[in-house]
Amino acid sequence: MVKEAISIKPKSEGRKLWRTFLRNRASVLGLALAVLVTVVSVGAPLFTAYDPLAQDTHSRLLPPDPTHILGRDTFGRDLYARLLYAGRISLLVGVCAVLLGGLIGCSLGLMAGYTGGKVENGIMRLVDTLMAFPSLLLGMLVLAVLGPGLVKMVVAIGIMLSPGFARVMHGAALSLKKREFVEGARSVGAGPVRILGLHILPNVMGELVVLGSLWTASAIRIEASLSFIGLGVSPPTPTWGNMIRDGTPHLLNAPYLSVFPGIAILVTVLGFNLLGDGLRDVLDPHLRE
Amino acid sequence: MLKYIAQRLVLSVPVFLGVATIVFLVVRVIPGDPAVSALGDYASKEAVEALRQRMGLNEPLVLQYVHFLMNLVRGDLGTSMITGSSIGDEILRVLPYTLELTVLAIIIGSVLGIPIGVYTAIRRNQLADYLGRILSLTGLSVPAFYLGILLMLLLAIQLNWVPAVGGGGMDDLGENLRHLVLPALTLGLVMTASVARLARSAMLNVLRQDYVRTARAKGLKERVVHLRHALQSALIPIISVTGIWAVSLIGDSVTVELVFARPGLGKMMVGAILQRDYTALQSIMVVYTCFVVVINLAIDLIYGWVDPRIRH
Repeated sequence: MVKEAISIKPKSEGRKLWRTFLRNRASVLGLALAVLVTVVSVGAPLFTAYDPLAQDTHSRLLPPDPTHILGRDTFGRDLYARLLYAGRISLLVGVCAVLLGGLIGCSLGLMAGYTGGKVENGIMRLVDTLMAFPSLLLGMLVLAVLGPGLVKMVVAIGIMLSPGFARVMHGAALSLKKREFVEGARSVGAGPVRILGLHILPNVMGELVVLGSLWTASAIRIEASLSFIGLGVSPPTPTWGNMIRDGTPHLLNAPYLSVFPGIAILVTVLGFNLLGDGLRDVLDPHLRE
Repeated sequence: MLKYIAQRLVLSVPVFLGVATIVFLVVRVIPGDPAVSALGDYASKEAVEALRQRMGLNEPLVLQYVHFLMNLVRGDLGTSMITGSSIGDEILRVLPYTLELTVLAIIIGSVLGIPIGVYTAIRRNQLADYLGRILSLTGLSVPAFYLGILLMLLLAIQLNWVPAVGGGGMDDLGENLRHLVLPALTLGLVMTASVARLARSAMLNVLRQDYVRTARAKGLKERVVHLRHALQSALIPIISVTGIWAVSLIGDSVTVELVFARPGLGKMMVGAILQRDYTALQSIMVVYTCFVVVINLAIDLIYGWVDPRIRH
C-alpha cells in the first residue's frame, strides 16, 4: 500500500497543460495541420520527385493525372512540387516575421512601460498611429521602399506585427512593475535588464506564445496577399500567393492553378489559428470564452 | 452632440497628421534618386536635374515637408512623376469605385456579422453556434483575394449570375451595381467572419454578468433579457471591433480590386508602386488615411449615439 502511494509521481505542470490541450479536439486538429504542413514543405524532396522549377513547355497547362497529381502550370512545371516548395517560403516568412516583430515590438513595449514619461509617450503614440492604419497598406508601403525579396518581406511583415506586440508588452510591463516581486527584486539591487528579463518577461510568456501562433497565421495570410499583388519573393521561386496570381489568367480553362495553392493557404492559416485558440485555452485561462 | 462631434473631429487631426508624416518620411528614405527612377537609368544629367528642381527635391527636407502639408490643406495632390498628369484628377476618377465597394462591404459585414455573433452567443454550444464558429474561423483564415476567386468561379463562371471582372462604368447604374456584387460580397463576407467571432465573445462576456442573472431571476422573458439587458452593454465593444475590421477591410480592398480588375485606388496604388511613381504613392496613401480617419470618426459618433455617457 505505502509503496504504491509513493510510486505515484506528482504530475508536472507541463503535463497537466498538455492534457488540457489534448482534451480540445479543435486545438489538436490545429496542431496536426501545422505539423503536417511543416513536415511536407520542409521535407518537400521526400514527397515529390519533381523539380519545382523544371519547365516543360510541351506539357503546358495539362490537367491533373496520376503522375502529376495536381497538374502542370503555364510553363509545364509540376504544380504539386511547386505547392510543397512554396510552403517553405510561407512558413519561413511567417515564423521569422513573428520573431522579428516580437523582438522589435516587445523591446519597445517593455521600454515604454518600464521607463514611462516622455519615452513611453513617444513610443505609444507611434504604436497607436501604426495600429490605426490597415496593416496590408503599411506592408505595401514598406515593400515599395525596400523592393521585393525574401528578407525584405520578413522585415515588412515584422514591422507590421510589431505595434501589436508593443501594445501587449506595454500593458504587461505597466501592470507588473508595481507588483511586490518586482519591487522586491529592485530593492535587492536588480537592474532594469534583469528585472525585465527575469521577472516581467516570464509572466507574459503565455500570452506571447498565444499571440505568436495567431499572428503566424496572419503573417502567412499577409505574405500570400503581398505575393499575390506582385510585391513578394521574385519568380521563379514559387509562393502560394504568386502561384494564385499566375493562375488567374487561366481561371476559365485551368482553375486548379489558383484553387490548389489557395487550399494550401487556407489549411495552413486555419491550422495556426486553431493552434493559437487551443493554446489560449491552456495558457490563458481567464481569456477562455 | 454637436460639441462631441467637434471634439472628435479635432482629435482625428493628430492621427491624420501622424500617418501623413510617416508616409512622407517613408517615401523620402526610398534608396536611390526618385528622379532617376522616374526617368530611367539612361536619362541625361540635365533632365534628372530639371525633374529634381520641378519636384522640389533639391529643397531641404523641412521645406519639402511644409510644402507637402500646405498642398494637402489646399487639396492639391501633386502631379504624377511618370505621366505628368494631375494625381488629384486620377484619384477623383477612380475614387467612386473604391468608395462604393468599401461602403457596401462594410454594410454587409456589419449587418451579417453582428446578428450572427449575438445569435451564436445566445445559442452557445448548440448546433448554430458550432456552425457559426467553424464558418467564422474559416472566414478568418481565407485571404480575401482567394475568397474572391472562389466566388468568381462559382457565381460568375459556373452560374453566370454576375459579371466576373471590370467596374461597369459610372453612367449605367444597373451595370455598375452588377459589377459591384461580387467584390463587395467578397470583402463583406471576410469582415462578417471576424465581426461575428468577436461579437460572439463580447456578448458571451456580458451574458455571464450578475445583472443578466438578476434579470432572468426576476422572471423576464429570455428575449427581453438578451435584447434589453445583455445586448445593450455588449454593443459598445461590438461597435469597436466592427470599426477595427472596417479599417482592416480597406487593406483587403486592394487585393480584391486586383482580382476583379476593378478600377480603384488599390489598383492605382499597385501601379504607382510598380512604376515607382512616388508622388502618386504618397497621395494615394493620404487618401487611404482619410478613409481610416472617417471610419474612426463614424465609430466615435455611433458610440456617442449608443451610449449617452460617452457624449457627456
